[in-house]
Amino acid sequence: MGKPNDLVQGTLDLLILKTLSLDAMHGWAIAKRIQQVSGEVLQVQQGSLYPALHRLEQQGWIKAKWQESETGRQAKFYALTAAGRKQLEAEAANWSRLSAAINLIVSEV
Amino acid sequence: MRWLHQFAIKVRMIFGRAQAGVRLDDELRFHLDRQIEENLAAGMDPDKARAAALRSFGNPALLRDQTRATWSWNGIEQLLRDLRIGARTLRRTPGFTAVAILVMALGIGSNVALFTVVRGVLLKPLRFEDPDRLLVLYEHGTYSAGGGDFPYNLVAGGVYAAWNKENTTFSSMALVRTDEVDLAASGGQLPETLNSGTVSWNLFPTLGVQPALGRGFTAADDSRTANGTVVLSWNLWKRRFGGDPAILNKLIYLDAKPYTVIGIMPEWFVFPDPTAQLWTAVYHQAPETLMSRLDFHSFRAVGRLKPGVTAAAATADLSVISRRLHESQLDDPFIAAAANSRPLLEHMVGDVKQPLYVMLAATGCLLLIACLNVANLLVARATARRKELAIRTALGGGRLRLLREHLMESFLLSVAGGAAGLTLAWGVVHWFIATRHNMARVESIRFDGVVAAFTIGVIVLCALFSGVVSALNADDKRLLASLHESSKSHSAGSERARLRKMLLAAEVGLTVMLLIAAGLLLKSYQRLRDTDIGCITNNVLTLHISLPGARYKTPGPAPVNFFQTLLDRVRALPGVEAAGLVTAVPGQGYMGDFGFDIAEHPPLPQGKGTFAINRSADPGYFEAMGIPILRGRTFGDNQKLDRANEAIISESFAKKFFPGEDPIGKHLRVMGGKELHEIVGIVGDTRYQVGEAPQPMQYYPLYAGDTNYGTLVIRSGHDVESLALPVQHVIQDMDSDLPVSDVLTMDQLLGKSTLDESFDTTLLTGFAVLSLLLAAVGLFGVLSYIAAQRTIEIGIRIALGAQREQVLRLMLVDGLRPALIGLALGLAASAGAAHLIRSMLYETQPLDPPVFACVAATLLLVAALACMAPAWRVSRLDPMQALRTE
Repeated sequence: MGKPNDLVQGTLDLLILKTLSLDAMHGWAIAKRIQQVSGEVLQVQQGSLYPALHRLEQQGWIKAKWQESETGRQAKFYALTAAGRKQLEAEAANWSRLSAAINLIVSEV
Repeated sequence: MRWLHQFAIKVRMIFGRAQAGVRLDDELRFHLDRQIEENLAAGMDPDKARAAALRSFGNPALLRDQTRATWSWNGIEQLLRDLRIGARTLRRTPGFTAVAILVMALGIGSNVALFTVVRGVLLKPLRFEDPDRLLVLYEHGTYSAGGGDFPYNLVAGGVYAAWNKENTTFSSMALVRTDEVDLAASGGQLPETLNSGTVSWNLFPTLGVQPALGRGFTAADDSRTANGTVVLSWNLWKRRFGGDPAILNKLIYLDAKPYTVIGIMPEWFVFPDPTAQLWTAVYHQAPETLMSRLDFHSFRAVGRLKPGVTAAAATADLSVISRRLHESQLDDPFIAAAANSRPLLEHMVGDVKQPLYVMLAATGCLLLIACLNVANLLVARATARRKELAIRTALGGGRLRLLREHLMESFLLSVAGGAAGLTLAWGVVHWFIATRHNMARVESIRFDGVVAAFTIGVIVLCALFSGVVSALNADDKRLLASLHESSKSHSAGSERARLRKMLLAAEVGLTVMLLIAAGLLLKSYQRLRDTDIGCITNNVLTLHISLPGARYKTPGPAPVNFFQTLLDRVRALPGVEAAGLVTAVPGQGYMGDFGFDIAEHPPLPQGKGTFAINRSADPGYFEAMGIPILRGRTFGDNQKLDRANEAIISESFAKKFFPGEDPIGKHLRVMGGKELHEIVGIVGDTRYQVGEAPQPMQYYPLYAGDTNYGTLVIRSGHDVESLALPVQHVIQDMDSDLPVSDVLTMDQLLGKSTLDESFDTTLLTGFAVLSLLLAAVGLFGVLSYIAAQRTIEIGIRIALGAQREQVLRLMLVDGLRPALIGLALGLAASAGAAHLIRSMLYETQPLDPPVFACVAATLLLVAALACMAPAWRVSRLDPMQALRTE
């Protein structure tokens, strides 16, 4: 019932936005892509992927379109909107700041 | 542009919700299928591939719900779902639902109706311009030789003139009086008697009202020498003149004199009371002497305060003027030395304020009772569903979620009840307006936004109240206990019904209060109708005649001749036992008084005077009405025109003004005049108004010729109503242009004069009976429920040898205890609250023991009856049957 803990909520949004900044893709591909790019470190739980995608869509940061997938079936492809691109920049900057700060603390022994 | 995009999404989420749901399923299935394909490609066999994919995917239904939870309008979607569940649950028990909705409808409907009336009559500001600055002005008289204070007396014409000229605190001041005029037959329409407002020319500007058509009065219209002008009410214009604007500047005949129609007032305009159908100019209508006298109190004055001036300052300003007038003629005791004022709204609705608020309070009680009843029913349901709820809680159903469902049920009931109640209120308000069309401001009663808001508020309150009260019962601490309890619970009812019993006690308490209020009003009304008003009321017919002054000049012989011939002809009609004429019969109202002094007595101290109600009567009046002549005789036959010099006084007049001496042969001097009237008789007391103590009364001969109106009374042995037509034929025959009004039997006349009291009493009794019914239903329901719960226990008791009478007593006590507690509470509360309606009671004490005893007995009887059926049923249980029930 609870949300998976391996990805902090805000981080998942950032990952999705970043992934979509390259190309429009469907949910399965987004999960796969995050997994591959992170070198199999980050496992996106489906339980949080779809709620996150729909939430981002409701907020207008990504937009969805049904089109034929690589296997020939109709799939829902998500793409970044202009607002989403701005949000991505903001969240990425935020993330850099945050991770740098955490790094500072963690590396100081 | 993001907001636009979001807005588009929101719109899509409303209209494309089902579509989006299907697509979500597609999307998730696509994902799952891709996973399965991948697993297959990795070499798993199909079943395993599917299982593994599902495992990594999680519960698809849950995932779907979680995703949907991110959509817009999710809250509303959940609400709708709860609504559907609630509606379904209610539909499963149509009997309960119907009863609950009916109960709510009664409670909400009566409240909304009363609130609509109260708002229209008491709370809505008057539609005049800046109504808070309008005051009604009175003379404050302290002139009676017998003591007494008259804080709200009418204003004399001369006093008004002085106030108007000399005041510094009013931006304008106007005069108004209600009169009767005869509108002549015209255009095929019969003559009729109308109530008219006789007003100074500046009344409309003072109120800040413009005529809808034409113009209002000008100062030039408002003088004795000007041509007659009249302004019509919208209703009269529509009814009598077909709403044709061509009537403007045409002549109509009032009291046989020509008047030019100069304007039509707007439809909403009602002044000074709802009966006024046209307005004429007062200085044109009234003789100059009346307008200049300082001691003839006959008008109401309305003033508009200057900005920044308080009512108190303005009243003080007028009082200074009055005192100067008073001191300038100290020999006239009837010139008031002070002024007084009240806000216009207060003046108009002061009389109906308390009864209306009492009614509103009564409907409030009724609503509370209705809510308690519905809460009671809901508690019963919750108890019946206890196990289901416990299981759901144990499975992780959120407490809030369960509470929400619970509230939703009571919300649905309240909304349905509110809708039905609104229909009810609509009917009630229309009935009210039709029944009480003469009540002040009745025309401003209507359903508007505020009433709608009030209705919604009441519905929400009812839903919350009955929902929360019954939800209190769902105590989840004892969750486990209720799961533990085997289905064969043997004695569970009693403890669980405690909340219901408390609710019942409260319900009974409120009912007792309503019953006592109704009982007091009933008793008071009975007293009112039983009072002896001093004359025969059985088989007496009255009708009002008013002779137009243009053709029947006063003082003069014309009205005398008319009245005498009329009486002769009426007395000759078959079936008429006696007939008489008087200016006003008992019960018809105060009408007026004369100041007088007694020639044989030493002069009164300066500034003090004596006065009494005056009537003019023909010699046969006392015999016709059965008013006993205690001493002396009635007026002599010679008492006509200038030769009229006799007077008759009532018993209380004799007692008050001739203590310890014989009034017969003494002389009265009227209004400081020259003529002396010799007292020739003493007659029995009559009441000018039902519910008022008899007042001293002085009678003068009608045939003196200075009166051209009167009430004709006709007494018959039986069936007096059948004489109405022949009598009217006689009048038509004598003068075909004479309208006759208020053809009423004496009983009808008295009934009409106690209409307010009868109305209040009927309404409150209705509310009380309704609440008694609700309380009885509540008692019956609770005891039936307890009985059902304890069937097995009782079965065992009976099987073990308990006597049936014992069982009966056990159950009766169980049911009657809350009724008794409620009764005690209700009686105590009533003793505190009854004095609030003291001013509505006539010859009845607020703590009237018979009423309290009667209410207590009625309530106990009804409670016992309500409890008897279930208790009886239980005591007749067949133990074998009972033990087999589960």
